[in-house]
Amino acid sequence: MFGLEKRDANLLIAVGALVLLAPIFLNPFPEGSALAQFNAGYPDLMQRFVIFGIFAIGFNILFGLTGYLSFGHAAFLGAGSYAGVWMLKLLTINVIPAIVISTLVAGVFALIIGFISLRRSGIYFSILTLAFAQMSFALAASVLTPITGGETGLQTALDDPRILDAANESRNIPAPSLFGLHMNDSAQLAVGDWLWTFNVGYYVAGIVMLAAFYVAIRIFRSPFGMMLRAIKSNQQRLNYTGLNTRPYMLACFVISGMYAGLAGGLMVSMDPLAGAERMQWTASGEVVLMTILGGVGTLIGPVLGAGLIKYFENIFSKINDNLLHQWFSFLPQGLEDFVVTIIHPFIGKGWHLTLGLMFMAVIIFLPGGLVELGQRASKLFKKRNPPQTGGQKEPAE
Amino acid sequence: MVTTNLTRRGVIQTGAAAGAGLALPTILTAGSHAGFTNAPTGSTVTLGFNVPQTGAYADEGADELRAYELAVEHLNGGGDGGMLSTFSSKSLNGTGILGKKVEYVTGDTQTKPDAARASARSMIEKDGAIMITGGSSSGVAVAVQSLCQEAGIIFMAGLTHSNDTTGKDKKANGFRHFFNSYMSGAALAPILASNYGTDRKAYHLTADYNWGYTTEEAVRTSTEAMGWETVAAVKTPLAQTDFSSYIAPVLGSGADVLVLNHYGGNMVNSLTSAVQFGLRAAEANGKNFEIVVPLYSRLMAKGAGKNVAGIFGSTNWHWSLENVAGSKYAGSNAFVQSFGTKYGFPPSQAAHTVYCQTLLYADAVQRAGSFNPCAVAEALEGFEFDGLGNGPTVYRAADHQCIKDVLVVKGKENPENDFDLLEIVDVTPAEAVTYDPAIFGGDLGSCNPGA
Repeated sequence: MFGLEKRDANLLIAVGALVLLAPIFLNPFPEGSALAQFNAGYPDLMQRFVIFGIFAIGFNILFGLTGYLSFGHAAFLGAGSYAGVWMLKLLTINVIPAIVISTLVAGVFALIIGFISLRRSGIYFSILTLAFAQMSFALAASVLTPITGGETGLQTALDDPRILDAANESRNIPAPSLFGLHMNDSAQLAVGDWLWTFNVGYYVAGIVMLAAFYVAIRIFRSPFGMMLRAIKSNQQRLNYTGLNTRPYMLACFVISGMYAGLAGGLMVSMDPLAGAERMQWTASGEVVLMTILGGVGTLIGPVLGAGLIKYFENIFSKINDNLLHQWFSFLPQGLEDFVVTIIHPFIGKGWHLTLGLMFMAVIIFLPGGLVELGQRASKLFKKRNPPQTGGQKEPAE
Repeated sequence: MVTTNLTRRGVIQTGAAAGAGLALPTILTAGSHAGFTNAPTGSTVTLGFNVPQTGAYADEGADELRAYELAVEHLNGGGDGGMLSTFSSKSLNGTGILGKKVEYVTGDTQTKPDAARASARSMIEKDGAIMITGGSSSGVAVAVQSLCQEAGIIFMAGLTHSNDTTGKDKKANGFRHFFNSYMSGAALAPILASNYGTDRKAYHLTADYNWGYTTEEAVRTSTEAMGWETVAAVKTPLAQTDFSSYIAPVLGSGADVLVLNHYGGNMVNSLTSAVQFGLRAAEANGKNFEIVVPLYSRLMAKGAGKNVAGIFGSTNWHWSLENVAGSKYAGSNAFVQSFGTKYGFPPSQAAHTVYCQTLLYADAVQRAGSFNPCAVAEALEGFEFDGLGNGPTVYRAADHQCIKDVLVVKGKENPENDFDLLEIVDVTPAEAVTYDPAIFGGDLGSCNPGA
């Protein structure tokens, strides 16, 4: 189906079902219960899941297939974001031009940076991309303030021209929309104690993510993807056979940059503000973490990694000592304080520490990331049911 | 590897799936609740406290959180009631807001507009916060204020001093109790003239974001009006921690005054660096070299230690105000008393302004009889009050800015303890710092109650 092999089609359908039903299964705990703190089914976070999923899918096309580790991918995300906000300011509040133009702008930006950076490989390539990204960050944060809004960030305003839109009479800044459907509109469904929020922006981003995922599968399975894998396994040998790998690399880099730009365009479509820190090296590092945590070179891994990191960032960072004391209030006073003191460094602003420990554990015990975890689990399951024949021998993809 | 077999069935299936996907959002357009965003339904109401817990302004953020917790305690009838007893409006009675118990959620702005908005959005969407307050940076305040405007939530700005917050970026749903750059400039200039003379050459170091810009402009305009000259103005990144490369050229520039348009950790680092370079002891143009810090706070003074001795600046409030300047500033001591009892040290100006904002919001809801942002905004606009430690104050309707007296302070030469670092030099009356709300442009827009 969709021109895919059966396994890939199944994967795509599974991801589609996940995206469709996310508002339900991300809210597993009833409203008002003590565990409701761990619910992730609210629009902002769900949008982040799929948008950073796109970002990580794109990064994985470069890193997973060719092995070229870019440390400056946030620059494309940022460039896409700024282009997107400018479209929302100048053209129309409809998100389609913002998303399209931000993808294209990031593509052009990637073409320039890629053209220069790809003259080197390995660590030199990483350092070059990092340098470009930090340069873009510094430019956005100070020199280019008239275009980027500097550290204040760029946002929509009441007196923006928006030449394609009808005159704005409400005296309120219009919210980004898709032909009249506001991105921040939600429908809520209460079933028993559970409350599920279905948000327009989330589903728009989700559909774009599915399309991006589909394109990624096609790239992975294409002769072009095969060539990129060949570059990863031995670029020198390819060169000696008389094959010029640079056009392939450049195309791959630009595609990857366009994915990042698409993610940036979607981000500002959901929340029309672009801040310079989106381009900072920590943001570039984050997408590397996402990809490695999920499983480098696998199709679904980066999406899972992105989800996990965003979950930690938004849920663990919101747990404070007050909540801990509530949870452990059944313990005797002294013991309660002790337990809270022990957990304290790992929650709230200490969520980075938790993430770091988890990252180390994954690297040491599961070099293939979360995908390897899933494979091991299913293998364990299959061992218990031996009659299955032709167990999968293929490497993690 | 790729199987591209376009079958009739395949095309129909794909088309159906795509159609279903595209049709999906149209089913979900109906707004879920009438009235306004996050209308509280149960016996509690949730406020969102969005403060910097990491980064250059983390100290201010921590003090703000303390004050918020204190305010919630007082609103729910706990503690000694703090400024509730001195507040001129008597509608709050210690039973929460409109009979609903006040609860709160906290978030970390990281002093980054992006992160602050994400944190505010999660408080609105996940925790159902009816009001967002906090922040210790104008970049963040402007970003979160516009988010609240879009979401239909009241934003009670915390420590934000840029003219933009209630100037060019003002919003109908946003309110600010804190003073601004213009007021600092207007209050400082006469004091600087009488202490340092009218023939000075100033060198500005400015934090590179909207607060820095407006502060630099305000100080430049008001000092140049009395005869000072501005030699140079250099912008420094907000994340900068080592200012030696910025301080080094100052002495050779021909300037004899250094104006540090820095706040929080930035100011602590740049001032320390300036003192290490010997600027305080230096002479230029035959005069003593001087340093000015337009926006001062006790937390910064504490961070910079004895380097602040003799340095002038302005501040929104100081804990010794009522003792020094008399009962016109009633409420100060009540607040210091209850804050000190709970935490063991006096509050900072950041703590004071957010405490006031929480009370002002609660009082406005109580008087309006509704949590509807539009009703609350109407109750706050043009509201005149007293007894919150700043003397008689008015929430100006035209730009949602509080107009009140401004304090000019100086670092103490011989502080008696860790908290007694600033002395109040002068209190500039509100009339002297009032300005026409139109001068900064911008448009409030109309109030947005949300869904």
